[in-house]
Amino acid sequence: MDRREILDELKKVLWPYTENKALLDGVNEHTDLVNDLKINSANLVDIIIDAESKYNIEIDMDSAEKMITVGNCIDVITEKMNARK
Amino acid sequence: MYDDILDLLPYQSSFRFVDHISFLDINEVRGDYTLKKDSFFYADHFAGNPVTPGVILIEIMAQIGLVVLGIYLMQQSPKEIGAGMEGRCVPLLTSTEVSFHKMAMPGEIVTVRSKKQFFRFGKLKCQVEMHNGRGELIANGTLSGFIKKY
Repeated sequence: MDRREILDELKKVLWPYTENKALLDGVNEHTDLVNDLKINSANLVDIIIDAESKYNIEIDMDSAEKMITVGNCIDVITEKMNARK
Repeated sequence: MYDDILDLLPYQSSFRFVDHISFLDINEVRGDYTLKKDSFFYADHFAGNPVTPGVILIEIMAQIGLVVLGIYLMQQSPKEIGAGMEGRCVPLLTSTEVSFHKMAMPGEIVTVRSKKQFFRFGKLKCQVEMHNGRGELIANGTLSGFIKKY
């Protein structure tokens, strides 16, 4: 799974937590979840849990703290998927 | 036997909505509260016709279902982020999705049962339901919150 594919899948994970759906159209690797997508920071935990079940990975505290932009999220997801193999 | 945890609740008289905890483990809490007829909100909600406000029912569900269970979970897993209630910290409600099925009247006892969906990175999310003394469903829904240190 390349970064582009992960990004497309990640948008589906972010969808329920993004109140203004139009903001998802412009998502790229630099998009900040809280500042750009206006996601409630308390819901970042739910996003991490949804991503874990979607990609069959486990995200620890250190990795979770890095997940600020979409690019950061793809980094962590890629790293954890590779660790699984 | 679980009531010791009530001493750790950060609420005072008029806004403490837990009397007893009847069951408590890492997945579930059950507790009750008797709606005091002289509570401050009955005089005005509604004038001459006291009915428990929905926000108070949510507060009861949150205090028993999230705060009591949350404090217990932090005691069980001190490594979890935000662990402990020491220092300046408050429990904050972050989201609620609650349906109301029946009115709750002054003097009634209400029981709350809360089942943990997850407790991760300091956030607790639960399925919570409230029944009256006749076993009728008053409200149910999903609540989540975390402990904010500042």
